[in-house]
Amino acid sequence: MNGIHDIGGMTSFGPVPRKGNEPVFHADWERRVFAMSNASIAFLGPVDRFRHAIERMDPVEYLTTSYYEHWLAGMETLLKELGYATEEELNSGSVTSKREADQPPPDAGMAESFIRSGMPATRGDGRLEPAFNVGDRVRARNIEIRGHTRLARYVRGKTGVITTFHGSHVFPDTAAHDLGENAQPLYTVRFEARELWGDNVERRDCVHIDLWEDYLERVDRTGGQA
Amino acid sequence: MSSHHHDSPPNLSHASHRTDERNSELTRRVEKIERLLIEKGLVAKDTLDKLVDIYENDLGPMNGAKVIARAWVDADFKRRLLDDATAAIAELGFGGLQGEHLVVVENTSQVHNVVVCTLCSCYPWPVLGLPPTWYKDAAYRSRVVIDPRSVLAEFGTELDDDVEVRVWDSSAEVRYLVLPERPANTEHLTESELAELVDREAMIGVTRVTAP
Repeated sequence: MNGIHDIGGMTSFGPVPRKGNEPVFHADWERRVFAMSNASIAFLGPVDRFRHAIERMDPVEYLTTSYYEHWLAGMETLLKELGYATEEELNSGSVTSKREADQPPPDAGMAESFIRSGMPATRGDGRLEPAFNVGDRVRARNIEIRGHTRLARYVRGKTGVITTFHGSHVFPDTAAHDLGENAQPLYTVRFEARELWGDNVERRDCVHIDLWEDYLERVDRTGGQA
Repeated sequence: MSSHHHDSPPNLSHASHRTDERNSELTRRVEKIERLLIEKGLVAKDTLDKLVDIYENDLGPMNGAKVIARAWVDADFKRRLLDDATAAIAELGFGGLQGEHLVVVENTSQVHNVVVCTLCSCYPWPVLGLPPTWYKDAAYRSRVVIDPRSVLAEFGTELDDDVEVRVWDSSAEVRYLVLPERPANTEHLTESELAELVDREAMIGVTRVTAP
């Protein structure tokens, strides 16, 4: 989807607002939203689905609310869509329907070991052999994508060079929508500032961004598709 | 692009301006949802408390600072860190959620690295903790890819034109940490004294580390 979250390359948001020694959380409700979101991964599903739920926020609301308000919105959306809670229950705080998790909730020890071990995105099955090598010129495909994607708009149609191969990673575009993990090669691709932002750019800067193989096509030396 | 913001409104009112009223509303709503999820048996209160405790007290930039200081004093560790950051950082006991696939990028006199997540706010939690507000703000996420030098200037970081700025947009589950340059005249400092010089901003790449 071409959502409001995909803001890389915009220049109209003003200076970066900075605070000195800010606390980890700014209010107790932020603590609880952070904790509930993480504790809910077990039944709300992959992080890609959670990100997509946030991306579907009303765009005006997205831009006028804070990070943990985004998390709250994403969590509420998934609780309703997956049938764990109704709008009425979220408003009242009282149980009137029954849908429960398939398993008892993780205890504190389980939560701690979950944080320590993490959720690796790499897979030993799926598409393992990379189609591209480090140094290859590739173009981020210019394709219309419905649903969740990590192919940021600012690189679509742009040409860059592969700098790193990261192994096979779960593909967000399908994992977010119950269409399978579709693990495939993930690469870091380097794009020069002039390629991304325009022919009048002279800065010696570049952006490195991580892109899955399905986002990429090979470019031959003359700039055409190989 | 110039470093002043003639494209932006003078007083943009976004996330950082939450009213007390909105805060109370959120407090009430989140309390209800927590009560609901506990009553439904979906989450347990002590699990939530534990999660908060870990991120508020155990994980933070002090972890990343130890990694950086070690790299400054131990050339073999630095080599391992740049080669396989996840494994090298695990040697210091750090890793896990949002740090399953770590990459460390090194600043030099010719290259300055800076990290962002334009699509959400991905961040290496095990070594830096949870991200600061500015990192999650639309201004930082949108501008640092296209205009990194003016964003860095807002943090007081001025770079010569011949320094290459490399922006790292964390679009996958790979998480990036910047290895800043060790400041001059710090030869006499111990590893733990060096770690105290390293802050969050320097490891995101918006500032440099300076000698005391």
